[in-house]
Amino acid sequence: MIRQPDPKQDVLDRRDAIIAGLRRLLPDSGVIAEPIRLKPYETDGLTAYRQVPLAVVLPETTEQVAAVLRFLHHEGVRVVPRGAGTSLSGGALPMADAVVVALMRLNRILDIDYADRCAVVQAGVTNIGITQAVQESGFFYAPDPSSQLACMIGGNVGMNSGGAHCLRYGVTSNNLLGLKIVTIAGEVLDIGGAHLDAAGYDWLGILTGSEGQLAVVTEVTVRILRGPEGARAMLAAFRSNEIAGACVDAIIGSGIIPVALEFMDRPAIHACEAFAHAGYPLDAEAMLIIEVEGSIGEQDTLLDRIRAICHRFDPISLRVSASAEESQAIWKGRKGAFGAVGRISPDYLCMDGTIPTSRLPEVLRRIAEMSAGYGLQVANIFHAGDGNLHPLIMFDANDPDSFHRAERFGADILTLCVEVGGCLTGEHGVGVEKRDLMGVQFTATELAQQRRIKDAFDPGWLLNPNKVFPLLAQAA
Amino acid sequence: MTEAEIIAAVAEAHASATPLEIIGAGSKRGLLRPVQAARTLAVAAHSGITLHAPKELVVSARAGTTLRDLTAIVASAGQQITSEPPDLSGLLGDPAVPPAAQTIGGVVGANLSGPRRVAWGATRDHVLGVRAVNGRGELIRSGGRVLKNVTGLDICKLLTGSHGTLAVLTEITLKVLPAAERWGSVALTGLDPAQAVAALSAALGSPYAVSGAAHLPAEAAALVPALAWLGGAVTLARIEDFATSVAYRTDRLRADLAPFGRAEILDDAASRAAWDAVRDAVPLHGAAGAVWRVSVRPSAGPGVLAAIGRAFAASWFMDWGGGLIWLAGPATTAAHDAVMAAAGAASGTWMLLRAPEGLRAAVAVIPPEAPALARITASVKAAFDPKGILNPGRMYAGV
Ligand SMILES: Cc1cc2nc3c(=O)[nH]c(=O)nc-3n(C[C@H](O)[C@H](O)[C@H](O)COP(=O)(O)OP(=O)(O)OC[C@H]3O[C@@H](n4cnc5c(N)ncnc54)[C@H](O)[C@@H]3O)c2cc1C
Repeated sequence: MIRQPDPKQDVLDRRDAIIAGLRRLLPDSGVIAEPIRLKPYETDGLTAYRQVPLAVVLPETTEQVAAVLRFLHHEGVRVVPRGAGTSLSGGALPMADAVVVALMRLNRILDIDYADRCAVVQAGVTNIGITQAVQESGFFYAPDPSSQLACMIGGNVGMNSGGAHCLRYGVTSNNLLGLKIVTIAGEVLDIGGAHLDAAGYDWLGILTGSEGQLAVVTEVTVRILRGPEGARAMLAAFRSNEIAGACVDAIIGSGIIPVALEFMDRPAIHACEAFAHAGYPLDAEAMLIIEVEGSIGEQDTLLDRIRAICHRFDPISLRVSASAEESQAIWKGRKGAFGAVGRISPDYLCMDGTIPTSRLPEVLRRIAEMSAGYGLQVANIFHAGDGNLHPLIMFDANDPDSFHRAERFGADILTLCVEVGGCLTGEHGVGVEKRDLMGVQFTATELAQQRRIKDAFDPGWLLNPNKVFPLLAQAA
Repeated sequence: MTEAEIIAAVAEAHASATPLEIIGAGSKRGLLRPVQAARTLAVAAHSGITLHAPKELVVSARAGTTLRDLTAIVASAGQQITSEPPDLSGLLGDPAVPPAAQTIGGVVGANLSGPRRVAWGATRDHVLGVRAVNGRGELIRSGGRVLKNVTGLDICKLLTGSHGTLAVLTEITLKVLPAAERWGSVALTGLDPAQAVAALSAALGSPYAVSGAAHLPAEAAALVPALAWLGGAVTLARIEDFATSVAYRTDRLRADLAPFGRAEILDDAASRAAWDAVRDAVPLHGAAGAVWRVSVRPSAGPGVLAAIGRAFAASWFMDWGGGLIWLAGPATTAAHDAVMAAAGAASGTWMLLRAPEGLRAAVAVIPPEAPALARITASVKAAFDPKGILNPGRMYAGV
């Protein structure tokens, strides 16, 4: 269990005054202080950790966000920015002495500019909401986390989220042009704009993935892209994880970069098939979902090439989707994977390390050994092209020992990822969950350097406390 | 030269508060503000490939490795440096530096990207990891050698484009991608800037994955042999893919762009020659005076050109769908003010790329930041380089 420090008593003592102050800045419905109404905000996608905040505010404009931060800064009160609360690393977990600034009412699309291929949206617009707003014109917003129906662009910026198609289209940071941010002191700043590559330090780059540590984002200028003529998925099933991994290498090595290249092991295939009925091969040890884009003719050519490569690896089955519906069903299984595992085991931890793809067979073998050692089941789903693993560790939350074993198992996997040349988190962020593992990947000097950047934006360390940086390093 | 020697040199400079000019091969010394430093630390001698894993799409090199060597290594595996960094030596023309000497440290330090940027991202989008020495003489690593990594603050991005003012890059890991089998281009002729940008927007908004979109007025096109024969202004859209796709897509694109006029299709060789010239700003190589790079939203490009045209007669061409304007004009404060005003009015960004030292020292070479942001810039600079010894004043006076 990850330890959280005690709340600041002086802030708790001033609770009523702080709430009264917030009520002066926002409409009545914009301040939540009643315990029962605070409850929905006590956790995020990492549900094992819960803490009711001091209060929640729901600002509707950048000016309101600025007024709230100015006030809280003045009062020395900590702030937890929150989008949809789908973080899997506890990034949006409240603190007892902190005010949650929830951006969901900043939910308007402010501008869509097809000629310049960009859109300006407020932080609380959902990821899918951007694509829905532009898809009639054939455009889309590329990063597509599986949580895209719920998660918000502000949260995506917070985590630098990825998705199944980032092998081709990049992650959040590769698809942004500008931000409007509010500093902890309540200053409103414009970063970038509708143009490419603003001169000066890359604020867009350092803010993206900063997990609410540096500023609150209120508006985002995203790149929107014209969609391809079409896309088609295929399934390739193999006799072992090793063989499927070698096939991934061969595809990439051939000069083809599929738009998506997803891997599932046997437990994941079974869980997802039970949920999506996509016709996944239940006799396989490993399965790849491979998607290509282009005209029908181009899809055929690419799929033929990929099929020829797969044939060299003695596949159990190869199936090319024959229709848009079939492709959709194939993706439904993958995108619903976490929910599907949730049906077998009500509680699971989703890990998110990245490894060099050449180390895949070895890492999967070690994970299987750990699974036996800890007596906990694991299903592996991951973005194969870029080595981003998502082992889902299943446990029983009613059994504290099972939870503790799951956490240790997870930490072992992530440590292994770093050992083989990878990293702790590929897209879900450090949050609370991996905070105390940061020392596995970084030296004290490197953490101190990151901390000094945090100091430059938030000298009082009021933004999203007790996350990302190991507590000892925070205190230093 | 080893990393340990670089660490020792910076640590010593930190201890004695001695400003250092950080260069790779020095090919971009003429960019931005001149640095006043007692000593020069030339990282070019710290070179060599340290990791090449084509199946994992990564390559790592010491910062002094030349872009040419790095390009050759990845090309041997059929891959390319995706952001297509330009070679500015033809533009900057420093006789002390041989052509093609630029190092990967310099390319990343300046975040230089070529025509492919518009579709596949800037150099900063392909930097997976760095090793660097901050102004305290400490080694810091950020990112790594894997394609996806959100662990901790993204210092890779902060250092990319920081022009050696925050840390000395010692090693860089890049994501690389397969080089396309074939290039092809659709070339429209005789368009004015507004028509050209509209055509390029249509091309970039098409489903054919256009990977380059440039417009050269007649005077500029005449200076590029691969385009001069077209006679007049040339508006160019590139497709890179497998050969069959290039044939199909250029054909479809030409049909889609028919409302803008009759178009020619350039073959692989002509496309490569034309786009290399666009990348390296060949049309401006012979221009006298100062050179600027202005980046605005593409639809604002023609207006920016018109505003500048009212102030002075510029040589110019456009890349990135009209969003990137390369400009040459008189090396005067008045001309610089006109560029700043026009780019500023379009809410864009700009960089004074080439000018006599006097002008570069006297004016803002990139847009000044709003006061609150300028304070953060100063704090972040101090967070890396508390004594201000690394390339002092290169980006902003006093930073
Ligand atoms: C079923 C499921 C599937 C998922 N699939 C993926 C996936 O495929 N890829 C992926 O990358 N992630 C995935 N995630 C994780 C999660 O959805 C992403 O991290 C997402 O970007 C979080 O968005 P959110 O709006 O829920 O943000 P929150 O969870 O509310 O917040 C995330 C972080 O950002 C900060 N933050 C939020 N809004 C702001 C703001 N406006 N300004 C500053 N900081 C802010 C928060 O403080 C927090 O640190 C998944 C989660 C679930 C539950």
